[in-house]
Amino acid sequence: MLLIHQGTTPTPNSPEDWARLSQDEQNAVYGAYQKINENPGVTAGLGLAPPETATTVRVQDGRTLTTDGPFVETKEALGGYLIFEADDLDAAIELAASIPAASMGGAIEVRPVVEW
Amino acid sequence: MVAPLEQAFRDQWGRVLATLIGFLGDFDLAEEAAQEAFAIAARRWPVDGTPANPGAWLIATGRNRAIDRIRRDRTLAAKTRRLQAPEAAEVEMDDTTIFPDERLELLFTCCHPALATDAQVALTLRALGGLTTAEIARAFLVPEPTMAQRLVRAKRKIAAAGIPFRVPPAHLLPERLDAVLAIVYLIFNEGYAGRGDLAAEAIRLGRALAELMPDEPEVQGLLALMLLLDARREARFRGDDLVLLDDQDHALWDAVQIEDGRSVLDRALALHGHGPYVVQAAIASLHADRPRDWPQIAVLYGELSRQTGSPVVELNRAVAVAEVEGPSAGLAIVDRIDLGDYRYLHSTRGEMLRRLGRTDEARSSYVRALELVHDDAERRLLERKLAELDGPAPEAG
Repeated sequence: MLLIHQGTTPTPNSPEDWARLSQDEQNAVYGAYQKINENPGVTAGLGLAPPETATTVRVQDGRTLTTDGPFVETKEALGGYLIFEADDLDAAIELAASIPAASMGGAIEVRPVVEW
Repeated sequence: MVAPLEQAFRDQWGRVLATLIGFLGDFDLAEEAAQEAFAIAARRWPVDGTPANPGAWLIATGRNRAIDRIRRDRTLAAKTRRLQAPEAAEVEMDDTTIFPDERLELLFTCCHPALATDAQVALTLRALGGLTTAEIARAFLVPEPTMAQRLVRAKRKIAAAGIPFRVPPAHLLPERLDAVLAIVYLIFNEGYAGRGDLAAEAIRLGRALAELMPDEPEVQGLLALMLLLDARREARFRGDDLVLLDDQDHALWDAVQIEDGRSVLDRALALHGHGPYVVQAAIASLHADRPRDWPQIAVLYGELSRQTGSPVVELNRAVAVAEVEGPSAGLAIVDRIDLGDYRYLHSTRGEMLRRLGRTDEARSSYVRALELVHDDAERRLLERKLAELDGPAPEAG
């Protein structure tokens, strides 16, 4: 699984940041995602709404506790994910590097999926 | 166990383990199989004599034992997907079989960037060096259980994350080879600080790498560099005290190893090598000459500085320039370097100021260097330098 952390990457989710990118830069981002989704090993995941919309849930002593916001720091929070059937880690790393967040202020966590 | 037999085992370990990992596709299983094979050899060889091809004997024995275990244990069979093809398991192998050398594959696996640096170092020493967990723990001054955990986690990561057992493809090879060379040099530098056995391990790894990648100039360059630096090991200490290069007794240098290092350097240059390790080896070679060709050393440091952008290299260049053009010129370079907390910057400044007769400033620099030192031998050296300056040392602040 490739977990996409947007970090400070401009995304359409934050219109002012996104508007600071040139048309070419925006198109490059769309193009990168299109190429990734065309990869036969990729199962597209979901994009998540911005971290500020998150609610974190814990249960303690039988009581459900909710806090506003994501589990981690907002800038570290998850932005989306995809599943990639890779031959090996190097192939997964190569795909991860092509995700716009990796080069624009975020990071991709590459983690194996447990097979039961 | 007889000592020569133990040495033969050490020499064979990496090769046997690598080939078994290649067959079995599993690090732990291969390691157990290798250990079993070596244990059997330790019992049988003193009685039956050493086989003509010890490596092949060990590999065949290890593989056969592993296959037996897999046949008996079905959960183990599920782990080793490679052997699910029944034909693969049926092929009989003995000590006349020619096995491919998969040490390169193993080395690149151990140095994969997905592993933490200290895991890469530990795994390389265990898998290719054949050091025991206890030996590696001692070398890095870490408790044995900690080192054992480090190795377990690293092997688990290799399996779980899908780190491939292969020499990286051409488009990844340059950066991956850099990582391997960096790990070998890291191991060497740990040894260089005084733990002599690690330096010897690094050189062994360097030789194996040079044999496996004979056309890579930087690989030859690293080996040459390590041989030339290590050749001075007997002269670097007098008892517990550090001896600077200029004060070393050349009779204590290993002349044979210097020659060896120089011929490896020649190979690197014949391959048109001009990368950082080759340049450093060339500098080390020049340092072994008397009188020293300081102008050429300065030029080479300039080239190294250009390639690496390293302020530490600039500092070394400043020393060489001082030898050629005098301490003022050297000091001018030192003063442009941004390395505030680097002890050698201050000790070098101290030395140049001393030569210029600016004794008070020299004293301040040495004092600053002393604040930053963390090695007893270095501390004593700096204290000696301070004491040699004219006038009493200032009261400690």
